[in-house]
Amino acid sequence: MCNAHTHNYDVLILGGGPAGIAAASAAAAPHTSVAIVDENPTLGGQIWRNSFAADVSDPAAHWYQRIQHSPITRLHDLRVFHAPSPGTLQAEAGNGLHTLHYKKLILATGARERFLPFPGWTLPNIMGAGALQNMVKSGLPITGKRIVIAGSGPLLIVVAAYLKKHHARVICICEQAPLRQLLPFAKGVITNTEKLSQALQYRLQLLTVPYRAGWWPAIARGQSQLETITVTDGARRYIIPCDYLACGFHLVPNIELPSLLGCSQSNGFVKVDTTQQTSIPGIYAAGEITGIGGLEKSILEGTIAGYSATGQSTAAQQLSAARSKSLRFASAMQRAFALRPELRRLPAPSTLVCRCEDVPHSHLVSHSSWRSAKLHTRCGMGSCQGRVCGTATEFLYGWPSESVRPPILPVRLQTLAQAEDPASQELSTAI
Amino acid sequence: MTPAYDAIILGAGIVGAACAMELAQAGMRVAIVEPGVIGGGATGAGMGHIVVMDDSPAQLALTHHSQQLWDALAPKLPAAVEYETTGTIWVATHSREMEEVARKQALYTAHGIPVRTLDTAALLREEPNLRPGLAGGLLVPSDAVLYPPSAADYLLQHALQSGATIIPHAATHAAEGKVRLDSGGTIAALRIINALGASAASITPGLPVHPRKGHLVITDRAPGFARRQLVELGYVRSAGSGTTDCVAFNVQPRKTGQVLIGSSRQYNAISNSIDYDILQRMLQQARAYIPALDHLSVIRTWTGFRAATPDKLPLIGPHHADPTLYLATGHEGLGITTALATGRLLRAILTGTNPFIPIEPYLPARSFTPQPENAHA
Repeated sequence: MCNAHTHNYDVLILGGGPAGIAAASAAAAPHTSVAIVDENPTLGGQIWRNSFAADVSDPAAHWYQRIQHSPITRLHDLRVFHAPSPGTLQAEAGNGLHTLHYKKLILATGARERFLPFPGWTLPNIMGAGALQNMVKSGLPITGKRIVIAGSGPLLIVVAAYLKKHHARVICICEQAPLRQLLPFAKGVITNTEKLSQALQYRLQLLTVPYRAGWWPAIARGQSQLETITVTDGARRYIIPCDYLACGFHLVPNIELPSLLGCSQSNGFVKVDTTQQTSIPGIYAAGEITGIGGLEKSILEGTIAGYSATGQSTAAQQLSAARSKSLRFASAMQRAFALRPELRRLPAPSTLVCRCEDVPHSHLVSHSSWRSAKLHTRCGMGSCQGRVCGTATEFLYGWPSESVRPPILPVRLQTLAQAEDPASQELSTAI
Repeated sequence: MTPAYDAIILGAGIVGAACAMELAQAGMRVAIVEPGVIGGGATGAGMGHIVVMDDSPAQLALTHHSQQLWDALAPKLPAAVEYETTGTIWVATHSREMEEVARKQALYTAHGIPVRTLDTAALLREEPNLRPGLAGGLLVPSDAVLYPPSAADYLLQHALQSGATIIPHAATHAAEGKVRLDSGGTIAALRIINALGASAASITPGLPVHPRKGHLVITDRAPGFARRQLVELGYVRSAGSGTTDCVAFNVQPRKTGQVLIGSSRQYNAISNSIDYDILQRMLQQARAYIPALDHLSVIRTWTGFRAATPDKLPLIGPHHADPTLYLATGHEGLGITTALATGRLLRAILTGTNPFIPIEPYLPARSFTPQPENAHA
């Protein structure tokens, strides 16, 4: 009956994005068993999704080759849902329950886009900026399509560049942050040579795309799907006809598993020391979950975490100056893309905030806490477990999120029920 | 000091809300002291099963009467309460459990409660996802399910419409007509009603009310997976053993299409965290009855604390020592079912009108034997 699989590793890395891949590379050594666990069928995370197979000139290819030639176990399609005891995680795969034992754990669970509700935001053809990019990577035809990109964060520029390269008509990028808030960050970016080249590259590709700082989406309209998006700077409004709206308000860290493990947090991010160790000895964190900072920060922190977890402290220390610099970059980015208060006033009374359970804004405003709203409106009680609306309600109403309980992802009942102690086996066969 | 209120109710769970509605509708000046979420305790953690139970004659009288009150209220309940007369099937595994079905059938029929005995085939026709080979069961069509936090809110809104007020603070002390609040103030009332559920004894020391922890699991939407609330006939036996942790098969179809799965009972558990071994035992028990549960997706698990009394009957009525203090607690797993009857009984006691069922089995005095003065020294 049991499809139980047990694994033992010296170093277990959760998340197969840049931070996780860098951590695995750094940790890989003879006589050290290292594994990367990821929910997706391939490595790469959000940013390098499908990069390995598609394009050998991609910077991801370098890292892919590095880990391909290392003795690293890759566990794909594995969704961690529970941490039953120290040193043990439980995950679900297509073939049932997997129990993962580790000596050292590196959390590199990444980030997801933040979605904020505005009238019409649930219309078809409105999606996250990263989500639209992924759909194009998976084959969505985009040539000649009129696309507005709106929201906040550097991802908007990255996605605009990608879509233009694939012959979409990117009409404009609306960045909610005002120019005066962005400038100090932009200056910071061009003091960093590698980022300078990235920024120039994007600017060249985007030469014909207007970048509107201090503009944000207000109302989406359409019969059966998106037809126009109204954007505003608070005073003026433009109605722009378009086929797609790629819309995300910067990123929020995937904090559920660190929370379940009990890792201390600060301002919603996992707290780490200079070796990337969390408040729990033997558990490290790297990448976006310690602070949104982009690719280079993720690779750097992943590398430090990989070194630290395997006792290579000298190698880790050699990266400390670079680490300090990337932290400054991350906090500059955090300030640059801070959300403007006007966004709290975007939803109309009938605008859905929770899409799983169809809960409108008007049903939520009267509640005083996330718990009260959840209990009385079902907001956040659907299958996404509040991952989408929880970040929105935190911003809109100032409700702090609650502690997490297993399972942190939906899991088949059979997997959750798989018993380890004989007593429960007897019970189920007794009737 | 002239008391500002005729009654202060501690706790806005479903029992406190039902008491508030009844007393406010009787013309009393009512305040409800609740610092947290309406129905945020056992009310929000519970299943919301309106069920007639017959563990004792007093339990049968109270649950049956309250089920009838819910049935009468049902047409007025807003959609958010998700009231649905699903009925209950008490599932018998072996032929000897069919003797219990026969006993229950006779008793319910004698009390005018419609029931139908199901054989193996009839049981599967009712609920095709039950495993084949079960002996049968007893269908009680008038039982129902609802969404408890919305039901508590509905009752509370009616109390407020009749003039009651909410005081959003926690009571730190409540005796002799005075309630001290964590905000520092004190409010006075002719009567105080302790409706604090499992934590009632924290305000009224010495109450024979103890927390009994339970676990629940809810799945993603699977419309039509089950039609009735399904409970193993051994439930009373499992629920009633009194000292050992136990689990029982108890599955409920929600109006949303989700499936709610219980149940467990633990005695000395203090922490509200998930006890994984109990949760697994509970799920093993459920899938032993409904193997198809295996393929449903679990989206949430949680725990709650029932207010248990030694004789499994609630405490409704005056406190034995403090003439201003009344109790409405100790409902264990039947608080949702018996909330409406509890409110009615308390109203009858406080207004001196005739209760519609004998009140004696629920009076708190039964639990207190006279003790020497220095017993608590």
